[in-house]
Amino acid sequence: MRRLPSSPPPPPHLPAPVTSAGAAKARGGPRVSRRSALFVAGKLALGRLALRAAVPALLCSSIACKESKPEGAAGTTGPSREASLEIVIGHYGSMTGNTAHFGQDTDKAIRLAVDEKNAAGGLLGKKVRLVTLDDRGDSAEAANAVTRLIDVEKVSAIIGEVSSSLSLSGGRVAQRRKIPMVSPSSTNPKVTQVGDYIFRVCFLDPFQGKVMADFARDELKFDHVAILKDVKNDYSIGLAEAFKAAFTARGGSISLEQSYSAGDTDFSAQITAIKATKAQALYVPGYYAEVGTIARTSRRLGLGVPLMGGDGWDAPELFEIGGEALEGSFFSNHFAPDVATAKSQKFVSDFKAKYGQDPTGLGALGYDAAGALFDAITRSQKTDPTAIRDALASLEDFEGVSGKITMNANRDADKSAVVVAISGGKAKYRATVAP
Amino acid sequence: MSEFLQQIVNGLSLGSIYALIALGYTMVYGILRLINFAHGEVFMMGAYAGHYSAGVLGVQAYEGSGSGFPVLYGLLVLGFSMAAAALLGISIEGLAYRPVRSAPRLTPLITAIGVSLFLQNAAMLIFSPNPRRFPPILSEVRFELGGVILTNIKLTIFGVATALMLGLHLFVQKTWTGRAMRALSMNIDAARLMGIDVNATIRATFAVGSALAAAGGILFGLDQITINPLMGVLTGLKAFVAAVLGGIGNIPGALLGGILIGLAEQLTAGYLSPDYRDAITFLILILVLLVKPEGLLGVVRQEKV
Repeated sequence: MRRLPSSPPPPPHLPAPVTSAGAAKARGGPRVSRRSALFVAGKLALGRLALRAAVPALLCSSIACKESKPEGAAGTTGPSREASLEIVIGHYGSMTGNTAHFGQDTDKAIRLAVDEKNAAGGLLGKKVRLVTLDDRGDSAEAANAVTRLIDVEKVSAIIGEVSSSLSLSGGRVAQRRKIPMVSPSSTNPKVTQVGDYIFRVCFLDPFQGKVMADFARDELKFDHVAILKDVKNDYSIGLAEAFKAAFTARGGSISLEQSYSAGDTDFSAQITAIKATKAQALYVPGYYAEVGTIARTSRRLGLGVPLMGGDGWDAPELFEIGGEALEGSFFSNHFAPDVATAKSQKFVSDFKAKYGQDPTGLGALGYDAAGALFDAITRSQKTDPTAIRDALASLEDFEGVSGKITMNANRDADKSAVVVAISGGKAKYRATVAP
Repeated sequence: MSEFLQQIVNGLSLGSIYALIALGYTMVYGILRLINFAHGEVFMMGAYAGHYSAGVLGVQAYEGSGSGFPVLYGLLVLGFSMAAAALLGISIEGLAYRPVRSAPRLTPLITAIGVSLFLQNAAMLIFSPNPRRFPPILSEVRFELGGVILTNIKLTIFGVATALMLGLHLFVQKTWTGRAMRALSMNIDAARLMGIDVNATIRATFAVGSALAAAGGILFGLDQITINPLMGVLTGLKAFVAAVLGGIGNIPGALLGGILIGLAEQLTAGYLSPDYRDAITFLILILVLLVKPEGLLGVVRQEKV
């Protein structure tokens, strides 16, 4: 029963996320908009306008028009929540557009969780019905989708979004209407500061920076690490700062801090400078496209040290671009598909059986967001949004596939991160770091 | 010291790619007084043509099997991409610039911006906006020379760029078409009166300039590993600045400007801050326009009243 907004076609306004699906996971912003130049500013302004007009056209021609056909019976506007025979959960995500694979992966995992719950008899004796609305990776659309979920679908709770900027936009609506919202994978600290109805089941960026620093110091015994961060990306800057603080606090030293801008393709100057230091590793808290190129450039210039990074690396394209140059590198992530808890193994095999592919970390978090919500509804014994909110706030030691989740006072999940090592062209589980 | 030499080597290879692109700007400007803003997109399309033709020739299979992509195939990819870009250049000229050739100079300029945006968005639609890895049409061999790391890729970039520039020089100086181009750059109307086919010569100019840009695209892909539909925007602008620095309309000037911009960018990134790598190019542009607007090798044209 997937419903996507179909009528009438929304006006063509998109923000300017242009290049990469992965990039737009963006706790930061669009990544190509860096191209500022003096006298041709006008040309570029025109460019952005043209993108706004062209991207929706692109979506419509390639994906959206196919996707937006309802796949099953459409749900109707329901009666009041308590009397209803079903519990309606809303999900808004980028089902189409440049970040489509984030939304789709998350939705598949949530759907899996809902189907499992219904097969086991549902919640509080009622069936769970999931309504998914597409926000196309657009923050105005995200706010519209949340409004629609609340007004038309009368949802009890909402799951969404992957991207922090969209979680912020949708979260403001949910907060105003006092409907609990759980973000599966937005890691920017600001997301849950929107208000007391907004939760998340993933860790925050400052924590992942520390995780990698501790791992580099304790496990890998490195004394000198260089940093190469993306100065156009808040996520990257935040992560680099967290890493630096934690690494120097443990007696390590940062041999050189270099920077690049999202969209750059030439890193040879930075790598050459880093090579001249005695760095034993290079911390690159960026996104996969640049990381892949940085890895190859390093090897080409004879810098053989391992690379380290964060969850922005988690995309199949990382290996496509970086290939063998990434062997022996590490990154922190929410989840490793090969990690050995019974629950996560079951999730991986169920997901594979249902969709014929391995889940990503985002999928695991989508599954956990749904699981946490079900747990809260079961404990509250009500479908009233405020009761669900209160139960979510007291979530404790919830056994998710991405680890144990406890909500802290800031409505963020206190949970462990995993460190994965790259070998044989695959990310393999290496260690778990508790908060 | 070896770090400095390494930065110089990197700067030279980047600079020779800029030079190849700058040649296209400068040739078109020399004849039509038109800044062909779509040139950066021809460069991008050339890189994608290389990407797809290498795919057709089975570059993945060669990489998987460990044996390198045959050199002949590599040249085939280069040739195909240059031919495709030449065709694209001719089409752009015929469809977009020729109809407005006699209009005031601002009209073709704005048309060029339109073509540039059209190609960028068309590329995002067709190729997807995601960056792609440029296929390894040259398997990498690395060697060290006095602390400086050289790869066969860098040497190929120098080699191909030098060969193409020499070829262009011979073409412009020794062939009838080249002579016609030079005549057009002096005075189009007089050239037409002398019996030169103006349209054919302009077509040839676009074809040659675009083919060089495509070669630049292939070399850029080899050097920088990934390509994306917006790669032509900034690279094209820098090549344009290189053309202005050398003296727009002047072929050796484009070469010199390209190398200087490449070096300036690399040294700024290496010793000042990578954040200024793009700024330095435009700072140079401002300085050139203030101090020596005709460029390093340019000649001052007397405007007759």
